[in-house]
Amino acid sequence: MALIEVADLGKQYEGRRVLGGVDLAIERGEVFAVIGPTGSGKTTLLRLLDLLEAPTSGRICFDGTDVTHSQRHRLEARRRMAYVQQRPIAFAMSVFDNVACGLKWRRAEKEAVREKVERALELVGLAGKRGQAARTLSGGEMQRVAIARALVTDPEVLLLDEPTANLDPSSIAKVEEVLAHIIGEQRTTVLMATHDMPQGQRLAGRIGVLIEGELLQVGTPSEVFCSPQSTEVAQFVGVENILAGVITRREDDLVAIDVAGRELQAISGHAVGDRVYALIRPEDITFTLAREASSARNTFEGQIRRMTPLGPLVRLEVDCGLPLLGALTSRSAQEMGLAVGTQVFASFKATAVHVIG
Amino acid sequence: MTELWDGFVKALQLIASFDPEVMEIAGRSLAISATSCTIATLLCVPLGALIHFNTFRGKRLLISAVQTLFSLPTVAVGLIVFVLFSRAGPLGGLGLLFTPSVMVIGQVMLISPIMLGLIISALSGVDRAVTETATALGASSLQSSLLTIREARYAMVTAVIMGFGRAISEVGLSLMVGGNIRGFTRTITTAISLETSKGDVELAMALGIILILIALVINIALNRLQQR
Repeated sequence: MALIEVADLGKQYEGRRVLGGVDLAIERGEVFAVIGPTGSGKTTLLRLLDLLEAPTSGRICFDGTDVTHSQRHRLEARRRMAYVQQRPIAFAMSVFDNVACGLKWRRAEKEAVREKVERALELVGLAGKRGQAARTLSGGEMQRVAIARALVTDPEVLLLDEPTANLDPSSIAKVEEVLAHIIGEQRTTVLMATHDMPQGQRLAGRIGVLIEGELLQVGTPSEVFCSPQSTEVAQFVGVENILAGVITRREDDLVAIDVAGRELQAISGHAVGDRVYALIRPEDITFTLAREASSARNTFEGQIRRMTPLGPLVRLEVDCGLPLLGALTSRSAQEMGLAVGTQVFASFKATAVHVIG
Repeated sequence: MTELWDGFVKALQLIASFDPEVMEIAGRSLAISATSCTIATLLCVPLGALIHFNTFRGKRLLISAVQTLFSLPTVAVGLIVFVLFSRAGPLGGLGLLFTPSVMVIGQVMLISPIMLGLIISALSGVDRAVTETATALGASSLQSSLLTIREARYAMVTAVIMGFGRAISEVGLSLMVGGNIRGFTRTITTAISLETSKGDVELAMALGIILILIALVINIALNRLQQR
């Protein structure tokens, strides 16, 4: 039996649907990330799971007990969890007292409180600021206080809402270090919401993609990032080439897809005549100035329409009769002398094309 | 103009020499108002919390009614208390009319609306996220309410300052139900009113200065508390 089981969970605010039909099972000890664009309902999902709000529809089971409505069960279950909000609120008291709150509310012994709070502050690297007024901390420090405040109660489930949003890179690194430590050391079940996909990939064992209030796909990071099951998920996880086409031939697993009059080769189980989408990640496309013999089954000649610098990379938009988006390092673009208007060959393997119906 | 100056000098002399009558009147004023203010605080904090943390029909209307009573005239409260405690009134048997006790009762009635209203707005001023964070950290609804009250404590000091200020400065109520009895129910304000009409401007001024000094000291003390 999963630790948290959610069936057909839905939430409406003033008639507006924020979340709908969410089915999810979280196993004990698992690290699960909910990813999705801003406004997709991630926070609402976490708030429902932490039993801060009651769902409009569906039910939530925590450790085998239905906790959807009973007030007493909700408080009991909530006390076994801890929730770190996106913008943590400091209580008007010292850092130490902020962290001690959860334990005091659970009527812990004074000595145990002191010991646990010290340990939690040590863990998040704020032991030196125990006496400082929490309201005077920086955003990154407050985020760490919030994590300490949550951890000090030894929660079975840790819910984190965008733990590193609004933080500067060095604070992000510190917070992630603390999180990685918790995940590694303790057998805490962690549920985190993030719009930062790489973060989900770094920390989570399983990922759920929430878009417009619906959980569209759940799977391991590689499943979600390499084999998105819908164009919405594909778009969100950064598969920028989404090409609509029709299967024209098949030979064992190898199929030919007609995309705007061009033929793409891919591996797929779809039948001839199926209308499909061919998904290709930009980083799977290689660019050359001359046609080269390679194992890539797909090679198209085209003209560079646009070049956009992206940090160390350059994003290329190439018109090959079908639009292709690719990326390569700024250095190679320079060495190849690429510019808008240059004729190039874009190639990618049949296995780099992910086909969905 | 010289009368005013002479009065001022005489007033300072009375204060500096710790004139027994002046000290006695000031002490009584302070005691009565402090008692009313304490009682009103003890009543209004729980009552304000009860109103703030619960949702019920007519809540807005109730708050508006409380706010309307901010401008309750002191003589109106005096009249009500007088009628209640006069010999023929429903509480006349207690024999409290023209005693400091009934003055305290009247002042509590007078300052409770303003203290209640300010306490409710102090509680509303606490970020809702505070209550929610507490709930998320495992606080029961009572525990998260107590935290919210704690968070609002400095804003509540304003309510106490306002309540005390209104209690110590009112005259109509004390005069009507206290009776301005020398050595028993005479307070700073009732004495000022009486001495002025008698023509003893110096004593009236001395008492006026003391009233302002008391207000000043209390405000400084409470502001210190607020800034902590």
